Amino acid sequence: MGEKSQLARQFIEAIPHAQELGMVLTDIGDGTAEISMPYDVKLIGDPDTGVIHGGAVSALMDTCCGAAVMSHPEAPGGTATIDLRIEYMRAATPGQTITTKATCHHISRNVAFVRAVAMDEDRERPVATATAAFSVEAKF
Amino acid sequence: MSRPRPEPMQVVKQRRDAALAALVNSVPYIRFLNINFDRRGDELTGQMNFDQKLIGNPFLPALHGGATAAFLEMTAMMALNWQHLWPKIESGEIDPADLAAGKLPRQPKTIDFTVDYLRSGLPRDAYARATVARSGRRFASVRVEAWQDHKDRPFAQAVGHFLMPQGEDKRDVKKG
Repeated sequence: MGEKSQLARQFIEAIPHAQELGMVLTDIGDGTAEISMPYDVKLIGDPDTGVIHGGAVSALMDTCCGAAVMSHPEAPGGTATIDLRIEYMRAATPGQTITTKATCHHISRNVAFVRAVAMDEDRERPVATATAAFSVEAKF
Repeated sequence: MSRPRPEPMQVVKQRRDAALAALVNSVPYIRFLNINFDRRGDELTGQMNFDQKLIGNPFLPALHGGATAAFLEMTAMMALNWQHLWPKIESGEIDPADLAAGKLPRQPKTIDFTVDYLRSGLPRDAYARATVARSGRRFASVRVEAWQDHKDRPFAQAVGHFLMPQGEDKRDVKKG
Protein backbone atom coordinates (compact mmCIF):
# COMPACT_ATOMS: atom_id res chain seq x y z
CA MET A 1 0.00 0.00 0.00
CA GLY A 2 1.30 3.45 -0.94
CA GLU A 3 1.87 6.26 1.53
CA LYS A 4 -1.19 8.07 0.14
CA SER A 5 -3.45 5.11 0.82
CA GLN A 6 -1.95 4.75 4.28
CA LEU A 7 -2.81 8.37 5.11
CA ALA A 8 -6.29 8.04 3.64
CA ARG A 9 -6.84 4.86 5.65
CA GLN A 10 -5.76 6.57 8.88
CA PHE A 11 -8.07 9.49 8.15
CA ILE A 12 -11.09 7.33 7.35
CA GLU A 13 -10.56 5.13 10.37
CA ALA A 14 -10.48 8.21 12.62
CA ILE A 15 -13.93 9.50 11.56
CA PRO A 16 -16.26 9.32 14.58
CA HIS A 17 -19.46 9.04 12.52
CA ALA A 18 -18.05 6.21 10.39
CA GLN A 19 -16.94 4.32 13.52
CA GLU A 20 -20.33 4.83 15.10
CA LEU A 21 -22.04 3.26 12.08
CA GLY A 22 -19.65 0.28 12.20
CA MET A 23 -17.97 1.00 8.85
CA VAL A 24 -14.93 -1.09 7.95
CA LEU A 25 -12.49 -0.03 5.24
CA THR A 26 -11.74 -3.22 3.34
CA ASP A 27 -9.74 -1.88 0.41
CA ILE A 28 -8.18 1.41 -0.66
CA GLY A 29 -5.71 2.65 -3.26
CA ASP A 30 -5.23 4.54 -6.54
CA GLY A 31 -8.51 6.42 -6.38
CA THR A 32 -10.71 3.50 -5.36
CA ALA A 33 -12.10 2.44 -1.99
CA GLU A 34 -14.30 -0.29 -0.58
CA ILE A 35 -16.12 0.08 2.74
CA SER A 36 -18.61 -2.27 4.34
CA MET A 37 -21.22 -1.63 7.02
CA PRO A 38 -22.74 -4.56 8.91
CA TYR A 39 -26.48 -4.65 9.51
CA ASP A 40 -27.54 -3.09 12.80
CA VAL A 41 -31.01 -2.55 14.25
CA LYS A 42 -30.16 1.07 15.09
CA LEU A 43 -29.90 1.81 11.34
CA ILE A 44 -33.48 0.71 10.60
CA GLY A 45 -35.62 3.18 8.69
CA ASP A 46 -38.76 1.11 8.22
CA PRO A 47 -39.72 -0.65 11.45
CA ASP A 48 -42.25 -2.87 9.64
CA THR A 49 -39.70 -4.50 7.37
CA GLY A 50 -36.40 -3.89 9.20
CA VAL A 51 -34.93 -2.24 6.10
CA ILE A 52 -32.00 0.11 6.75
CA HIS A 53 -32.68 3.84 6.40
CA GLY A 54 -31.52 5.47 3.15
CA GLY A 55 -29.65 8.01 5.24
CA ALA A 56 -27.32 5.32 6.60
CA VAL A 57 -26.58 4.25 3.03
CA SER A 58 -25.88 7.93 2.20
CA ALA A 59 -23.38 8.14 5.05
CA LEU A 60 -21.65 4.99 3.78
CA MET A 61 -21.57 6.30 0.20
CA ASP A 62 -20.25 9.70 1.27
CA THR A 63 -17.46 8.17 3.37
CA CYS A 64 -16.47 5.74 0.62
CA CYS A 65 -16.43 8.45 -2.08
CA GLY A 66 -14.28 10.67 0.16
CA ALA A 67 -11.87 7.78 0.79
CA ALA A 68 -11.55 7.16 -2.96
CA VAL A 69 -10.68 10.83 -3.54
CA MET A 70 -8.05 10.91 -0.79
CA SER A 71 -6.41 7.76 -2.11
CA HIS A 72 -6.04 9.20 -5.62
CA PRO A 73 -2.35 9.64 -6.53
CA GLU A 74 -2.99 13.25 -7.59
CA ALA A 75 -4.91 14.27 -4.46
CA PRO A 76 -2.64 16.39 -2.24
CA GLY A 77 -4.64 16.12 0.98
CA GLY A 78 -8.15 16.09 2.35
CA THR A 79 -11.49 16.60 0.68
CA ALA A 80 -15.05 17.78 1.29
CA THR A 81 -18.29 16.84 -0.41
CA ILE A 82 -19.61 19.45 -2.85
CA ASP A 83 -22.53 17.44 -4.13
CA LEU A 84 -23.79 13.88 -3.66
CA ARG A 85 -26.61 12.25 -5.57
CA ILE A 86 -27.89 8.84 -4.59
CA GLU A 87 -30.26 6.62 -6.50
CA TYR A 88 -31.99 3.94 -4.49
CA MET A 89 -32.72 0.96 -6.72
CA ARG A 90 -34.13 -1.41 -4.15
CA ALA A 91 -34.35 -1.97 -0.40
CA ALA A 92 -31.27 -3.63 1.09
CA THR A 93 -32.13 -7.08 2.46
CA PRO A 94 -32.50 -6.85 6.27
CA GLY A 95 -29.72 -8.62 8.13
CA GLN A 96 -27.14 -8.31 5.37
CA THR A 97 -23.92 -6.27 5.33
CA ILE A 98 -23.84 -3.42 2.82
CA THR A 99 -20.63 -2.95 0.84
CA THR A 100 -19.79 0.15 -1.17
CA LYS A 101 -17.18 0.51 -3.89
CA ALA A 102 -16.22 4.01 -5.04
CA THR A 103 -14.01 5.16 -7.90
CA CYS A 104 -12.59 8.62 -8.33
CA HIS A 105 -12.64 8.65 -12.14
CA HIS A 106 -11.41 12.19 -12.69
CA ILE A 107 -9.50 14.71 -10.64
CA SER A 108 -8.48 18.29 -11.40
CA ARG A 109 -6.70 20.90 -9.27
CA ASN A 110 -9.93 21.78 -7.44
CA VAL A 111 -12.49 19.10 -8.06
CA ALA A 112 -12.69 15.30 -7.95
CA PHE A 113 -15.49 13.31 -9.60
CA VAL A 114 -16.61 10.05 -8.07
CA ARG A 115 -19.01 7.21 -8.76
CA ALA A 116 -20.03 4.56 -6.27
CA VAL A 117 -22.21 1.51 -5.99
CA ALA A 118 -23.69 -0.16 -2.88
CA MET A 119 -24.50 -3.88 -2.70
CA ASP A 120 -25.82 -6.27 -0.12
CA GLU A 121 -24.93 -9.99 -0.33
CA ASP A 122 -26.62 -10.22 -3.73
CA ARG A 123 -23.79 -8.87 -5.90
CA GLU A 124 -25.88 -9.01 -9.08
CA ARG A 125 -28.41 -6.35 -8.13
CA PRO A 126 -27.05 -3.08 -6.68
CA VAL A 127 -28.96 -1.50 -3.78
CA ALA A 128 -27.95 2.04 -4.69
CA THR A 129 -25.60 4.05 -6.87
CA ALA A 130 -24.06 7.46 -6.23
CA THR A 131 -22.50 10.26 -8.26
CA ALA A 132 -20.54 12.92 -6.44
CA ALA A 133 -18.25 15.92 -6.76
CA PHE A 134 -15.67 16.57 -4.04
CA SER A 135 -13.31 19.46 -3.40
CA VAL A 136 -9.57 18.86 -3.61
CA GLU A 137 -7.83 20.35 -0.57
CA ALA A 138 -4.11 21.07 -0.26
CA LYS A 139 -3.90 19.61 3.26
CA PHE A 140 -5.78 17.27 5.55
CA MET B 1 -76.65 27.78 9.83
CA SER B 2 -74.31 27.34 12.75
CA ARG B 3 -70.92 25.76 12.46
CA PRO B 4 -69.84 23.19 15.03
CA ARG B 5 -67.99 24.47 18.07
CA PRO B 6 -64.21 24.22 17.61
CA GLU B 7 -62.56 21.45 19.62
CA PRO B 8 -60.75 22.51 22.79
CA MET B 9 -57.13 23.43 22.12
CA GLN B 10 -55.70 20.67 24.35
CA VAL B 11 -57.62 18.03 22.38
CA VAL B 12 -56.30 19.28 19.06
CA LYS B 13 -52.72 19.62 20.28
CA GLN B 14 -52.73 16.29 22.05
CA ARG B 15 -53.94 14.48 18.93
CA ARG B 16 -51.43 16.13 16.59
CA ASP B 17 -48.46 15.83 18.93
CA ALA B 18 -49.27 12.20 19.74
CA ALA B 19 -49.42 11.35 16.02
CA LEU B 20 -46.13 13.11 15.35
CA ALA B 21 -44.39 11.49 18.32
CA ALA B 22 -45.60 8.06 17.21
CA LEU B 23 -44.22 8.57 13.71
CA VAL B 24 -40.85 9.85 14.95
CA ASN B 25 -40.41 7.22 17.65
CA SER B 26 -41.13 4.39 15.25
CA VAL B 27 -37.90 4.90 13.29
CA PRO B 28 -34.74 3.63 15.05
CA TYR B 29 -32.41 5.65 12.81
CA ILE B 30 -34.17 8.92 13.78
CA ARG B 31 -33.54 8.03 17.42
CA PHE B 32 -29.94 7.04 16.70
CA LEU B 33 -29.21 10.43 15.12
CA ASN B 34 -31.19 12.09 17.94
CA ILE B 35 -33.45 14.07 15.63
CA ASN B 36 -36.66 15.59 16.89
CA PHE B 37 -39.39 17.56 15.18
CA ASP B 38 -40.93 20.80 16.29
CA ARG B 39 -44.52 21.37 15.14
CA ARG B 40 -46.29 24.68 14.49
CA GLY B 41 -49.72 23.84 13.10
CA ASP B 42 -48.87 21.54 10.21
CA GLU B 43 -45.35 22.96 9.73
CA LEU B 44 -42.47 20.76 10.88
CA THR B 45 -38.91 21.74 11.70
CA GLY B 46 -36.35 19.00 12.20
CA GLN B 47 -33.61 19.39 14.77
CA MET B 48 -30.49 17.22 14.77
CA ASN B 49 -29.03 17.50 18.25
CA PHE B 50 -25.28 17.70 18.17
CA ASP B 51 -23.23 14.79 19.36
CA GLN B 52 -19.57 13.90 18.89
CA LYS B 53 -20.61 10.79 16.95
CA LEU B 54 -21.92 13.00 14.09
CA ILE B 55 -18.43 14.34 13.33
CA GLY B 56 -16.98 13.53 9.91
CA ASN B 57 -13.80 15.58 10.02
CA PRO B 58 -12.31 15.62 13.51
CA PHE B 59 -9.58 18.11 12.52
CA LEU B 60 -11.89 21.01 11.53
CA PRO B 61 -14.18 19.74 13.20
CA ALA B 62 -17.22 19.39 10.92
CA LEU B 63 -20.39 17.32 10.75
CA HIS B 64 -20.21 14.20 8.56
CA GLY B 65 -21.75 14.77 5.15
CA GLY B 66 -23.58 11.49 5.60
CA ALA B 67 -25.18 12.66 8.85
CA THR B 68 -26.26 15.85 7.09
CA ALA B 69 -27.64 13.86 4.14
CA ALA B 70 -29.54 11.55 6.49
CA PHE B 71 -30.94 14.51 8.42
CA LEU B 72 -32.15 16.16 5.20
CA GLU B 73 -33.66 12.92 3.90
CA MET B 74 -35.37 12.27 7.21
CA THR B 75 -36.86 15.76 7.27
CA ALA B 76 -38.03 15.50 3.65
CA MET B 77 -39.60 12.11 4.28
CA MET B 78 -41.26 13.25 7.51
CA ALA B 79 -42.71 16.37 5.82
CA LEU B 80 -44.11 14.23 3.02
CA ASN B 81 -45.56 11.67 5.41
CA TRP B 82 -47.00 14.37 7.60
CA GLN B 83 -48.67 16.16 4.72
CA HIS B 84 -50.09 12.84 3.56
CA LEU B 85 -51.37 11.81 7.00
CA TRP B 86 -52.55 15.17 8.34
CA PRO B 87 -56.06 15.05 6.83
CA LYS B 88 -56.50 11.48 8.09
CA ILE B 89 -55.35 12.40 11.58
CA GLU B 90 -57.65 15.42 11.63
CA SER B 91 -60.67 13.50 10.35
CA GLY B 92 -60.16 10.72 12.87
CA GLU B 93 -59.50 8.11 10.17
CA ILE B 94 -56.09 7.54 11.77
CA ASP B 95 -55.98 7.19 15.54
CA PRO B 96 -52.70 8.41 17.12
CA ALA B 97 -53.02 5.58 19.64
CA ASP B 98 -52.89 3.06 16.79
CA LEU B 99 -49.78 4.78 15.42
CA ALA B 100 -48.15 4.60 18.83
CA ALA B 101 -49.04 0.90 19.04
CA GLY B 102 -47.05 0.31 15.86
CA LYS B 103 -49.91 0.25 13.34
CA LEU B 104 -48.13 2.55 10.93
CA PRO B 105 -49.18 3.46 7.44
CA ARG B 106 -46.74 2.55 4.69
CA GLN B 107 -43.87 4.95 4.18
CA PRO B 108 -42.92 6.64 0.92
CA LYS B 109 -39.72 5.21 -0.60
CA THR B 110 -36.80 7.36 -1.67
CA ILE B 111 -36.11 7.12 -5.41
CA ASP B 112 -33.22 9.57 -5.48
CA PHE B 113 -31.77 12.22 -3.24
CA THR B 114 -29.34 14.99 -4.23
CA VAL B 115 -27.50 16.92 -1.56
CA ASP B 116 -25.80 20.23 -2.16
CA TYR B 117 -23.20 20.96 0.51
CA LEU B 118 -22.97 24.74 0.81
CA ARG B 119 -20.59 25.12 3.76
CA SER B 120 -19.20 22.81 6.38
CA GLY B 121 -21.55 21.77 9.16
CA LEU B 122 -20.42 23.19 12.49
CA PRO B 123 -20.25 21.04 15.63
CA ARG B 124 -23.60 22.22 17.01
CA ASP B 125 -27.35 21.62 16.54
CA ALA B 126 -28.78 21.81 13.01
CA TYR B 127 -32.30 22.59 11.83
CA ALA B 128 -34.13 21.71 8.64
CA ARG B 129 -37.43 22.41 6.95
CA ALA B 130 -38.84 20.75 3.85
CA THR B 131 -41.30 21.84 1.20
CA VAL B 132 -43.34 19.32 -0.74
CA ALA B 133 -43.07 20.77 -4.25
CA ARG B 134 -45.37 18.18 -5.71
CA SER B 135 -47.13 15.15 -4.34
CA GLY B 136 -48.95 13.00 -6.87
CA ARG B 137 -50.51 9.57 -6.72
CA ARG B 138 -47.23 7.85 -7.56
CA PHE B 139 -44.42 10.35 -7.21
CA ALA B 140 -43.50 13.23 -4.97
CA SER B 141 -40.75 15.84 -5.19
CA VAL B 142 -39.49 17.47 -2.00
CA ARG B 143 -37.03 20.29 -1.35
CA VAL B 144 -35.28 20.62 1.98
CA GLU B 145 -32.89 23.10 3.53
CA ALA B 146 -30.75 22.88 6.67
CA TRP B 147 -29.18 25.69 8.67
CA GLN B 148 -27.46 26.24 11.99
CA ASP B 149 -26.95 29.77 13.29
CA HIS B 150 -28.68 31.75 10.57
CA LYS B 151 -31.78 30.61 8.74
CA ASP B 152 -30.71 32.61 5.67
CA ARG B 153 -27.28 30.94 5.57
CA PRO B 154 -28.12 27.29 4.92
CA PHE B 155 -25.20 24.82 5.17
CA ALA B 156 -26.89 22.21 2.99
CA GLN B 157 -29.91 21.84 0.74
CA ALA B 158 -31.34 18.88 -1.09
CA VAL B 159 -34.03 17.71 -3.42
CA GLY B 160 -35.47 14.21 -3.42
CA HIS B 161 -37.98 12.15 -5.32
CA PHE B 162 -40.18 9.64 -3.56
CA LEU B 163 -42.42 6.78 -4.59
CA MET B 164 -45.71 7.08 -2.74
CA PRO B 165 -47.10 3.99 -1.00
CA GLN B 166 -49.19 1.96 -3.42
CA GLY B 167 -52.18 -0.24 -2.66
CA GLU B 168 -52.46 0.91 0.93
CA ASP B 169 -55.94 -0.53 1.32
CA LYS B 170 -54.94 -4.07 0.38
CA ARG B 171 -52.25 -4.12 3.00
CA ASP B 172 -54.59 -2.76 5.66
CA VAL B 173 -56.95 -5.64 4.98
CA LYS B 174 -54.14 -8.18 5.09
CA LYS B 175 -52.95 -6.83 8.43
CA GLY B 176 -56.49 -7.07 9.76
